[in-house]
Amino acid sequence: MQDAVDGLTLWALWGKLGWNDILQRYRRSLLGPLWLTASMAVMVVSLGLVYSKIFKAELRDFMPFLCVGLLVWGYISAILSESGALFTGAESYIKQIRLPYSVYVLRFMWSKVIVFAHNFVIYFGILVYFQIWPGIAALYAIPGFLLVTVNGALTSMYLGMMSARFRDIPQIVASFIQIVFFITPIMWKPELLGGHEDLIRFNPFFHLVEIVRAPLLGQLPSAGNYLAVALITTLNAIFAILFFVRFRARISYWV
Amino acid sequence: MVQSHSVDAEQSVLRLDNVSVSFPVYHGGSRSLKKAILSRSSAGRIARDANDRITIDALRDISFSLDRGDRLALIGANGAGKTTLLRVMAGIYEPVAGTVQIRGRISPMFDIGLGIDSDLSGYDNIRMRGLLLGLSSREIERLLPLILDFTELGDYLDMPVRTYSSGMTLRLTFAVATCFEPEVLLMDEWILAGDAHFMTKARARIDSFIQKASVLVLASHNLEVCRRWCNKGLWMDRGSLKAFGPVEDVIAAYLAARQ
Repeated sequence: MQDAVDGLTLWALWGKLGWNDILQRYRRSLLGPLWLTASMAVMVVSLGLVYSKIFKAELRDFMPFLCVGLLVWGYISAILSESGALFTGAESYIKQIRLPYSVYVLRFMWSKVIVFAHNFVIYFGILVYFQIWPGIAALYAIPGFLLVTVNGALTSMYLGMMSARFRDIPQIVASFIQIVFFITPIMWKPELLGGHEDLIRFNPFFHLVEIVRAPLLGQLPSAGNYLAVALITTLNAIFAILFFVRFRARISYWV
Repeated sequence: MVQSHSVDAEQSVLRLDNVSVSFPVYHGGSRSLKKAILSRSSAGRIARDANDRITIDALRDISFSLDRGDRLALIGANGAGKTTLLRVMAGIYEPVAGTVQIRGRISPMFDIGLGIDSDLSGYDNIRMRGLLLGLSSREIERLLPLILDFTELGDYLDMPVRTYSSGMTLRLTFAVATCFEPEVLLMDEWILAGDAHFMTKARARIDSFIQKASVLVLASHNLEVCRRWCNKGLWMDRGSLKAFGPVEDVIAAYLAARQ
């Protein structure tokens, strides 16, 4: 717990480290971090055009749904898939200087939030192009996004620790993400399950995506969504804290 | 556990009690092969822990304490545990057994490259390293003129660090690491990479902060440097403390054993 507090007070450090991570990747490229936006935009438009035909859906209806879904999913999957390198990638820091471990988690999350912010520009593009306005409900996306972020931080912390100890974890996570992408309503609408909508209620990722996506499309997430996310967050927090307290001292030996 | 509050009446700045550290070895390959390779390449003793994992005892039962103004030289063969001991003192490895007590701010200088982004300018890197060492942005701005002065890099500080020579990077790192008068300065032997002029300045800087009642720990193979910079010596051999005392005595014992 002290570790987390110490980490938060070093905001200037992780803020700068996270920002540097982004800059480093795109330094000397023409568009810089906007490459993220560009590739995401191409993906949204091309998938939107093809899949609206496959599902025989109205483009005006399907495209915003797909866009927001992909943005949120991109955020979640980036956190999960890159969390494996959270501590192993920071080996040179961990072995040279004592910093609160939460600094690495916060730096990681911050760089993911920056990427998300860059991608988010596409959403406004979609709003303008299709002349839609989600209204005041969109504000509910902010607490939704915070909840997803908290869960991301907790999960990346223990996944990062496990991956430092067992190097197979990132591979397992990578294949897991791929499966989840297809069974979660991102490319397809939940209604298409035709009477079997109950199935997706057991998918935690559906609820996490929905609490951000629904408000941005002008709808309110259901109470069930929030209840599920509250449950997920609690379980996640308990597990993450217990795991961290038990194994914190071993991180520097594992990386 | 690393504790940084006052415990000791006689005001020792750094104190280790029965510290042991062992590294688990997780890499694949058959156990016997691993064992065969490891026993040749590492001077640490190889053991098996309760879960039948292979572990290397990097440090065994180390106890000593340093008072204000002590400059300690760590000597010993490669793999004797000098760097591990430095990292334990820096709080990076929490020992498996025993306790480490440190009073005051620590400044580790193990790696010149840490936190150095070669595409950023010298100024930005100074700020980055300062943050890593736990300084606030305001403290860094206050200390910046001093750091600039010490590095003697002048206009180079506006250039990306990738254009620097290793000696220039070293000057930058050393200047930041010593600018805030840390109570404990831990150094690995790379410090010897500087030119003669730099070494004189570094020596003067270290002398000045030793006078401000701090502790220096230096791991080095260069016995001449140990003699010049340090007043105490600690001889490590295969993870154990072989001798601890005045630097001349320890070096003499070390040389005698190598004959």
